[in-house]
Amino acid sequence: MEINTKEFKHCDMVVVKGRVDSSTAPQFSKALDAIVEKNIYKIAVDMSGLEYMSSAGFRALLAAQRTCKHNHGEVVLASVPERIREALELAGFTELFKSFNDPLEAVGSL
Amino acid sequence: MQEFYYKKSIDRRPLQVPHEAAFHCIMQTLTFSTTFDILDDIRTFVGEQAREAGFNPKDVYSIQLAADEAASNVIEHAYDGKPNEKFEVSCEFRTDRLIVTLLDHGKAFDPSQVEEPDLKANLLDRKIGGLGIYLMRKLMDEVRYESTQTGNLLTLVKRKG
Repeated sequence: MEINTKEFKHCDMVVVKGRVDSSTAPQFSKALDAIVEKNIYKIAVDMSGLEYMSSAGFRALLAAQRTCKHNHGEVVLASVPERIREALELAGFTELFKSFNDPLEAVGSL
Repeated sequence: MQEFYYKKSIDRRPLQVPHEAAFHCIMQTLTFSTTFDILDDIRTFVGEQAREAGFNPKDVYSIQLAADEAASNVIEHAYDGKPNEKFEVSCEFRTDRLIVTLLDHGKAFDPSQVEEPDLKANLLDRKIGGLGIYLMRKLMDEVRYESTQTGNLLTLVKRKG
C-alpha cells in the first residue's frame, strides 16, 4: 500500500494505492486521522490506484466518515475500481459514501 | 519475511467424479504464521487456485476477499493476535466448486454465532464489527464451521457460474 495526502483549499485528498487489508489498514487509518487532527473534515479518497480493500479498510473509512459527519464534513470516494465497488455495495457502504468518477470532481463536491 | 511453505500436501483421495475432472481433485495445503503480513500470500494462493479452476475475475476476487476475511479472523480472534502460531489453508477443486478450508488450533471462534451487522442502521449507530463475516457469507455459497479435537475448521465453498 502507498498513501499520499494532498491539500486543497477546502479539503484534503488521500491517494491510496495498492492493497488495503488488516496488515495495511492501520496506516490508512493513520492518514485519515492525521487530516481530522488538523480540523479538516472534508476528505476525498482517490482510489484509482487501489487494487484491493478488505473490511479492515472499510472500517477505517467508516470511522473517518463518522468523525467527519459529526463535524459537518464528509468523506467522499473517487474512481472506485469495479471489484472494490462491488464489495462496498455488498457491505452496504455505497449509501454511506458519495462516489465520483473523477478525483477532481470529488474535490469540487466538497 | 513470511514463512510459508508447501506442506507434504498432496491428498489424492478417491474420486466421486468420473473422467477429466479427476486431475483437478488435488488438495493443496499451505501453512501460515499468525501475522497479518501473510494475508498477501493467502490471497495469492487461493487466487491462483481459483484461476486455475477456471473462475472468472469477479469470483476470483470474491474468493480472495473471503479467504482474507476468514484468515484475519483466525489471527485476530482464534489466536488473539499472538504472532508465533500456525494455521493451515487448503484449496480443493471438485467438479464445479472450489473448497477453501482454514484449520487452526486456537480458541474456538464460530463466525455463524456472530451477529450480522445492521446494514440499514444509521451511520452513527452502525456497529463496526461483524463486517468481515457478513462479507464472507455474501461472497461464498457456503460457510461452515466446526470445532473438533483436531482443531477449528472453517469451510468456504464457491460454486462456478
